[in-house]
Amino acid sequence: MTELTASLAQDAPIPLSAELRCGPGEVLALVGPSGAGKTTVLRCIAGLEHPATGRVGLGDRVWLDTTSGVDLKPQQRAVGFVFQDYALFPNLTALGNVAIAVPSGNAETVARELLERVNLKGLETRRPHQLSGGQRQRVALARALARDPRVLLLDEPFSAVDQVTRRRLHRELLALRQSLEMPVVLVTHNLDEAALLADRIAIMQRGETLQTDTPANLMTRPASAQVARLLDLRNIHAARVLEHDARAGVTRIEWRGRVLEAGLAEAFPVGQEVDWVIPPARVLMHRRDRPSRGERENSLTGRVVSCVAHGTNVHADILLEGDGEADVVTMHIPIHAAERNDLGADTEIGLSLVGEAIHLMSPFA
Amino acid sequence: MDWQALSLSLELAAWTVALLIPFAIAVGRPLAWRRFKGKGWVVALIALPLVVPPTVLGFYLLVAFGHGSFIGDLYQAVVGRPLVFTFQGLLLASLIFNLPFAVQPVQRAFEAVPASVREAAWCSGLSNWRTFWRIELPLAMPGVVSAIVLTFAHTMGEFGVVLMVGGNIPGETRTMAIAIYDRVQAFDDAAAGAMAALLLALAFVAIGLVHWLSGRAARAHD
Repeated sequence: MTELTASLAQDAPIPLSAELRCGPGEVLALVGPSGAGKTTVLRCIAGLEHPATGRVGLGDRVWLDTTSGVDLKPQQRAVGFVFQDYALFPNLTALGNVAIAVPSGNAETVARELLERVNLKGLETRRPHQLSGGQRQRVALARALARDPRVLLLDEPFSAVDQVTRRRLHRELLALRQSLEMPVVLVTHNLDEAALLADRIAIMQRGETLQTDTPANLMTRPASAQVARLLDLRNIHAARVLEHDARAGVTRIEWRGRVLEAGLAEAFPVGQEVDWVIPPARVLMHRRDRPSRGERENSLTGRVVSCVAHGTNVHADILLEGDGEADVVTMHIPIHAAERNDLGADTEIGLSLVGEAIHLMSPFA
Repeated sequence: MDWQALSLSLELAAWTVALLIPFAIAVGRPLAWRRFKGKGWVVALIALPLVVPPTVLGFYLLVAFGHGSFIGDLYQAVVGRPLVFTFQGLLLASLIFNLPFAVQPVQRAFEAVPASVREAAWCSGLSNWRTFWRIELPLAMPGVVSAIVLTFAHTMGEFGVVLMVGGNIPGETRTMAIAIYDRVQAFDDAAAGAMAALLLALAFVAIGLVHWLSGRAARAHD
């Protein structure tokens, strides 16, 4: 099993400027808003669409190379494709849908095994219209695997099912992927789904792959303010670089009259305008009963303007008081911590921004 | 009852169906999916026999097939007999005036096959030919059957074009519809009534079959 690489570019009809690679056994998620070109990229890999310029290859096999005129048909590309609406063959049974895609002679045996693998044993004779959304998705997945594909492409495979079914299908795919050795490219607009299922995420907008990284790195170290906004990150603010202190390992920035210490980021010259971001979980509340050592770090005070329970956390927006203009910082803290400190609307609190969690980015264009 | 006319009508209808339906599939399928310049004109041309009066269509076909015409003279040179007022001429006319009845249902049926289903077939490794036989054609089958039924029934009953191109030659061009007219002219109301009742029954069965098939197809796809 080998690595999938794709590099696609065109201006029309849908602008594309996408670069991606996906190793064997790896799940790469393409994430972005509607119209970001995610599905188009997938269709170009499958050979269903033909970009103006580009190259798609699997290891040393070339599927598409516009410079040398190579453009293999979908039938020649050994892809398994799960379509958004599943696109099952309505005239065939579940078994028939899978068996027709098996290239070898004992198609029915292989198809039965595949249906069992996706937990559909006993439903072989059902037609697509007699299956639930989740069952259809499983048939589509079994059919995609029936060809023994070298690459698995999943186009919004969970968008047509309800929340409960979706969670179950997520678990099934996580279990199934342990046994998959081919590159898997997953298109989704759901960031949580991508973070759950993928090893790496490629963030796309207007046909362009802006950043490809692990979910954790992406959430804490977005390459630009544009990526941070697409990820719907909280606490994105503009600042200016004051100085780099390599000995202390910090870069000092000026944010609306306040001086903050961030992790050393010498890539940004002194005086440059930057955007910075901090995960809400790295905004720490000062304990009222027992002040602690960490409170010297980027210490600020403010008033809670909104305070909402969200799962096991409380999401609080704090309006800072400072040198004139006010700003809002969002903080996520565990419910028990919020209760112990009587956190509620209009509470005056002190907080610290963990310096090494402050990430500097080139500003939004 | 003019059994010879019945047999001739059935033969004409069977030949028309046998020749026209493969053509309708070959033309209706690309009309459903492809976009090309002048497509609107092609669609309009195929629909034309629906709106042109049968005698007008028959007149032009008579001119086109007759002596001195390119088609007529070519046919005469190759086969050794004229095209007009023969069964073969009638069949050619029948193929033309049945075009919309054969092509349109087939085209609608292929249009109803989702593009993603065809793409899924390609991505499942099925060749274009296998995709057509195993997926597209079975899904378009209700439309193909509609086309068969409509073409057959329409051929059985067509009068104007048949009279203009074929005339009224027993055993060669006298179809049921012509025979009915012929019997009425001869004040043989009993024979005309029997044949008219047969065509009426046939038409009723044909329409019933089309509705039943389209209903069944709709249920099969949700």
